[in-house]
Amino acid sequence: MRERVGVYVCHCGGNISDYVDVKKVVEAVKDLPNVAVARDFIFMCSDAGQDLIKEDIKNLNLDGVVVASCSPHLHEKTFRDAAALAGLNPYLVEHVCIREHCSWVHSDDPEAATQKAIWIVKSAIAKVSLADELQPIRLEMKPEAIVVGGGIAGMRCAIDLAKAGIKVHLIEKKPFLGGRAAQIFKLYPSGKTGSDLVKELVDELKRYPNIHVYTNAEIVEASGALGDFKVKIVVKPRYVKEGVSKEEIRRAVECCPVEVLDEFNYGLTNRKAIYVRESSYPEEAVIDMDHCIKCNECGIADFEQKEETYELRGSMIILATGAKPYEPKEGEFSYGIYDHVITLPVFDRLLAVCDGKLEYEGKEIKDIAFIYCVGSRTEEHEYCSRYCCVATLNAALGALEKFGKLRVYHIYRDIRAYGKYETYYEKVGEEGMLFIKYDPEDPPVVERKGDKLIVKVRDLLTGGEELEVPVDLVVLSVGMVVEEAEIFNMLRVPFSRDGFLQEVHPKLKPVETAIGGVLIAGTCQFPKDTVETTASASAAVGRAETYLVKGYAELEPFIAEVDPEKCDGCSVCVEECPAGAIRIENGKAVINEALCKGCGACGALCPTEAINLKGYKYEQFRAMIDILKEA
Amino acid sequence: MKSGDEIIMTHKILIFAADMAYRALDQAGLLHAHYSPNTVIFRIPCATLIRPDLIVYALKNGFDAVFVASSGPDCPFLGEKCVSIVSKRIEKAYELLDKEGIERERLVVSGVCSTCVETLVNTLERIENFLQSRG
Repeated sequence: MRERVGVYVCHCGGNISDYVDVKKVVEAVKDLPNVAVARDFIFMCSDAGQDLIKEDIKNLNLDGVVVASCSPHLHEKTFRDAAALAGLNPYLVEHVCIREHCSWVHSDDPEAATQKAIWIVKSAIAKVSLADELQPIRLEMKPEAIVVGGGIAGMRCAIDLAKAGIKVHLIEKKPFLGGRAAQIFKLYPSGKTGSDLVKELVDELKRYPNIHVYTNAEIVEASGALGDFKVKIVVKPRYVKEGVSKEEIRRAVECCPVEVLDEFNYGLTNRKAIYVRESSYPEEAVIDMDHCIKCNECGIADFEQKEETYELRGSMIILATGAKPYEPKEGEFSYGIYDHVITLPVFDRLLAVCDGKLEYEGKEIKDIAFIYCVGSRTEEHEYCSRYCCVATLNAALGALEKFGKLRVYHIYRDIRAYGKYETYYEKVGEEGMLFIKYDPEDPPVVERKGDKLIVKVRDLLTGGEELEVPVDLVVLSVGMVVEEAEIFNMLRVPFSRDGFLQEVHPKLKPVETAIGGVLIAGTCQFPKDTVETTASASAAVGRAETYLVKGYAELEPFIAEVDPEKCDGCSVCVEECPAGAIRIENGKAVINEALCKGCGACGALCPTEAINLKGYKYEQFRAMIDILKEA
Repeated sequence: MKSGDEIIMTHKILIFAADMAYRALDQAGLLHAHYSPNTVIFRIPCATLIRPDLIVYALKNGFDAVFVASSGPDCPFLGEKCVSIVSKRIEKAYELLDKEGIERERLVVSGVCSTCVETLVNTLERIENFLQSRG
């Protein structure tokens, strides 16, 4: 029995204390018989907050600690480490949640929230009073990781992991690496094309034999946990003979009689049924079997190739599955009604493929109107995709640089050219492009008059003047939405309100998901530009390396234990254990600690309650119930 | 231990929250969802741990309802197997409740995945409505 428990109630800077009366919580528990001290503090996780616990452990000789603050998924380890530094066994710290489980969900009823917080804290005191000293279990981690998504985030992850000596399986569903960034006409701030960036990454990636690339690959199963994930993939055939030279590929593409719209250029150009992607990887051709007529004019086809299945293993998984552009609805700013209303990603490809003069659908483009915030900050997508303002300004500047003499109108809600990208905004103004600010309650309307499109807009910058802007092309600056992937459901990764994958905490665990060992990189997390995407990829790798390079992880010591005094060897636990971790020896149950998963199923039906899960003993639960009996 | 100015709540629901359900409770917080404050959360790794007699103990000692929020088939310990084992536990607990003359409606079980905030909120609403109907 712990006799000297310290209780610490966090304000979380108002996140808790705005709704929970933390002083009242302290008052309600400070006189309990085994509480030595009870305090509230503005931020328990801060150095000052942790010092408070450490000092009390030393000065007041605490033998147990309760911290009531945010979710233990965020700071349990922080407080356990602090206690350990002060000489207290870290498993004598009980961290309970009065933020996510209390103040944030009962903000409409502060009195009830306070009462609930008191219950939660009291039950934690009862639990820690019966807690035992425990030691963590060491889990070996093989230096092997799985990266899902072969865009710039996934490639960056693969390269950084490989540099640290980690074996990487890089899985891409398309036939070539590069993702959507490869389609960008001009990147900011570097000024390179997207395919230049992809080529640099491919050149780097090819230097590491410990990167195994699987393109044209579909994930059919994913399971496991930190230290041992299994991902089953089916790799579709490329239908091209292996080992053919670049020259043979070039000739094959030339000979192929089938031309189809090239999806890479959003149908602005054609490609053959057999094709390669310059500057990408692998440097092999692929045959598009939806269109191939099997004439074998190319001479390098192999139609006998079959799908191949691989079972990959990795200690950790990084999801870098990306985002896709928002697809405007039919009629949204006349999209889908008039050919000359296009989206920004299509405009980017138009800039790339046009030579000499800017032409779209047979018409030379002399005037362009960009309409901002399409599909962003709306009822359907409340978030701001953020990157699109700068991307649009940058694309307009790129168009001017390549084709000159364009009249450009920026019809916007707000411009968010944050940080150093303010210079792009200034440059656009200096180039004589016009800004027109629209009211989202009264958005612009796109109509056709003769061979021109007319954008009708009320300009807030000139006091609401009605303008009619005649242009050849309307470009919709669309935001990002998450690219869905089957693996999300297979791994049960949680989503944010905006539909992207959710990190555990934006500051404390910015690249980790709630699923242990599954990290996120790039735009699957939220809209990012290429700079932020790359940075988040390196961040995810940094986190992965803390396990993979060290070679082990320390896991919680919560496995089953048997009290031989109480055990009568009835073997009910042997039948209940789903892991086969219990055997009877000399009439007593014995746990195989390496096999025990820590579920606790073994103890539920034990007639003598001889078997308990460490950290979750039944006597602790009864004490937790008892302490609340009168409360 | 009851302090003088403690707020009196009409009833108490005990939530045994297994790993995924605990994460769903976190997620409910992040989304600022609302559910009954008459709730106390006991964190457990897996719902198969729960002794049927512990449920009866809670209902005889101050709790008006017990919500076993298991991880369902997403259980990181047992996966699909978790569901059938938890059902077995609950069946056993119902037998004990019958013997004690405690209404079966006071014990509710549901599989709650890490993103199942709606399941969580709806189940608690159902329990709350039942308890209110009992006065």
